[in-house]
Amino acid sequence: MANSFDVIILGGGPAGYVAAIRSAQLGLSTAVIEKEKLGGVCVNIGCIPTKALLHSAYIATLLREAKEFGVEAGAVKTDYGVAMQRSRRVSDQNSKGVEFLMKKNKVTVAKGAGVLQPGRKVKVGNDVYEAKKAVIIATGSRVKGLPQIGLEINKTTVISSDEALFLEKAPASMAIIGAGAVGMEFADIFQAFGTKVTLIEALPRILPLEDAEASDALAKSYKKRGIEVLAGVKVKKGTPGKDKVTLEVEANGAAQKIEVATVLMAAGRAVNTENIGLAECGVQLSDRGFIKVDQSLQTTAPGYYAIGDVAGPPMLAHKGSREGVYVTELLAGKKSHAIKYDNVPSVTYCHPEVASIGLTEDQCKERKLDYVAGRFPFSANGRARGTGETEGFVKILRDKQYGEIVGAHIVGGHASEIIHELAVARENEYTVEEVELAIHAHPTMSEAIAEAALDSLGRVVHM
Amino acid sequence: MATNVYMEALSPTMEEGRVVKWHKRDGDPVKAGETLAEVETDKAVMDLVARADGVLRQVAAAEGQTVAVGSVVAVIASPGETVGATVAAAPPPAPVPPRSGMREAGGGMREAAGVAVAPADATRVKASPLAKRMAREAGVDLKLLTGSGPGGRVVKRDLEGAAPRASVPAAAPTLVESHPASRIPHPESTGAPFEDVPLTQIRKTIAKRLATSLGPIPHFFLTTEVDMERASEARDALNKQLGDQGKVSFNDIIIKATAHALTKHPACNAWFQEDHIRYWREVHIGMAVAVEDGLITPVIRNAELKPLADIGREAKELAEKARSRRLQPNDYTGSTFSVSNLGMFDIDQFTAVINPPEAGIIAVGSIVQKPVVVDGQLTARRRMRITMSCDHRVIDGATGAAFLKTLKQMLENPLAMLL
Repeated sequence: MANSFDVIILGGGPAGYVAAIRSAQLGLSTAVIEKEKLGGVCVNIGCIPTKALLHSAYIATLLREAKEFGVEAGAVKTDYGVAMQRSRRVSDQNSKGVEFLMKKNKVTVAKGAGVLQPGRKVKVGNDVYEAKKAVIIATGSRVKGLPQIGLEINKTTVISSDEALFLEKAPASMAIIGAGAVGMEFADIFQAFGTKVTLIEALPRILPLEDAEASDALAKSYKKRGIEVLAGVKVKKGTPGKDKVTLEVEANGAAQKIEVATVLMAAGRAVNTENIGLAECGVQLSDRGFIKVDQSLQTTAPGYYAIGDVAGPPMLAHKGSREGVYVTELLAGKKSHAIKYDNVPSVTYCHPEVASIGLTEDQCKERKLDYVAGRFPFSANGRARGTGETEGFVKILRDKQYGEIVGAHIVGGHASEIIHELAVARENEYTVEEVELAIHAHPTMSEAIAEAALDSLGRVVHM
Repeated sequence: MATNVYMEALSPTMEEGRVVKWHKRDGDPVKAGETLAEVETDKAVMDLVARADGVLRQVAAAEGQTVAVGSVVAVIASPGETVGATVAAAPPPAPVPPRSGMREAGGGMREAAGVAVAPADATRVKASPLAKRMAREAGVDLKLLTGSGPGGRVVKRDLEGAAPRASVPAAAPTLVESHPASRIPHPESTGAPFEDVPLTQIRKTIAKRLATSLGPIPHFFLTTEVDMERASEARDALNKQLGDQGKVSFNDIIIKATAHALTKHPACNAWFQEDHIRYWREVHIGMAVAVEDGLITPVIRNAELKPLADIGREAKELAEKARSRRLQPNDYTGSTFSVSNLGMFDIDQFTAVINPPEAGIIAVGSIVQKPVVVDGQLTARRRMRITMSCDHRVIDGATGAAFLKTLKQMLENPLAMLL
């Protein structure tokens, strides 16, 4: 039967397509069902295009400061439309890249909205696909608005990242609701393109999931650049007009009105669990709305697995990809390396970048861990001085007794790139001493990691 | 793949061996376990046996030639396999430890002692730096752990719960609950369950010299015969009282008495730690248990504080767990002294090999009725021989003898334990 495969994956995002490749590598016949473009949110309307736009924003900022570096660039003009077009080309290239990878690995791609059926089947239009081994649900997540306070996404004045990524022009003013990774990155982008940005976070600090010191550093940096940062501020009501939105906010009991051209909703995401036949197959959801899975990521229905955003937090592409590898290896009868959910790096690509892994200092305190914090500021790092990226720091939290790296936090240029030294260290249970003993090239930003490790041991050199 | 044939350490003290006679010639097919050659060690002529099936090739040591332990003397190749470069007595990365079945008389005792011997080829333990550090501080031998990391690497989770005490909150509560008041603090206690005493120069010298002259652990042995009449009577009475609530064995009584005697002789309740001796304030008794393919020493923690009935129950559970291979690392690590009992095998007397880093072990023989003279009268008494093996780097003759005397008194008059 032509529509019979070992493994059928519903969703071709970073969880699903990586699962498909690994599955095919392991000799399993594999099909991916995708209703839109391969690569999912990440490639098309998430990680990838935002990184392109952030780089445009970075260039604009750099050029404005170029004179100090001896480069005269004249008046800097920005055009969001052009940057957007470029970001689209980047996304399209990546999506085509995924298509190529599917072909290369002989993965069958079925275009259309798949609906699960009992007996490990998936219906796509009039076709029914049957899985001999397993159906893997990787339907991902989407943006959500706040209709209860009048802020339903209308795609004109109240938008989500989905629309922000396709704007032809940067709006004159914008309120961004939610200062997690998405809100932070768009604040960075639009501010660089001339938008007057107000960043609103209901929790007491921006980047609420990061270490408090990282939040503070970013709040300071954003304010310096002219972004209005309102943390601990609740949006009570939103009234969208024809070409503006009025927000009623409350901070410390005091009410305030904010009028902006556009509101960007960046508070949370909803998982795609509707209309895919979950209940019919006995796939249950958790209290928080994710698909309930066991340790092997199998759902409550035998033969149906869930990976990526639908399977629970952290809702990150790289976590989903790893789950895809894990599940397919199990299905192929291999002993797969258990996923360490406490060792998933978290990165926000705003400027300066924020990258972290493991526990925050507050979490160390909550858990009553006996820890030591080591810090090193980039202002004392030669490479950072040379490139003018002296904002930020490296902070390493180590267990006092054994030197285990319980958490690491980096704010600064290239934080997203240099965090992996600590990810490798933690994955392999290196202590701060192994990190410090590895010779770090001079001058590099990474030296700050070795210095922070040394600082946690009371032996910092360049401070 | 070809297997190197090494000059093995056929005795604990052997450094080189002389090939007396090759039983197999170049090109002969050999089977694992077959004698390849006779080798003269520092003490006797022993057999060097094949460790793999195949064809003997490249014999590099002639008859009459003396070669260092660890040198390659030949190669066992797979049939049809061409072996590359000629071997020329190349030493392997690390010395090959002696293996079972390859020892001189007395070597067999090594196993009887219940020392959990590492796999023969485990010259290097795969462990994460964090695991190594945790093991070092907890006094856990990494070789005894089964790694759950990639490629069998020992990682943090394999050690969680493997530490002797402080970091094993799960193990302590049972003890605390059942004996809230029975824990008598030692006068010098600083809170740590042990005290580290730096080695004096003379101790260092003794340690070095004895270690190099007598082998990895310089043993000496002390034997005494114990009258077990009163212990037997006590046991009968206790078991009668316990009824169907369990049984107290002689071994349980011996473990209890040993633990108790150790509290009076802390000099024998110690670990030799290369640059210091760790004198334990707690007594954790390792109990040698024979299992299908070897021996293991599960630990009865704080045996000095536990009533006999608890020790009996725990010993039974641990022995069962050992036999069904369900022991967790924290079940068999961290003992401070060991007891090995071959009484049930009708062994009158034997010497046990120390379970490092402990400094002592007692070997318990069977209880037999013997004619003895008591108060000038010849009478039949139940007697038992115990032999203590001491690490001379830690325990001197008189120190060991004093401990053994206390142990003997306690066994001969079990009421003394109440004193």
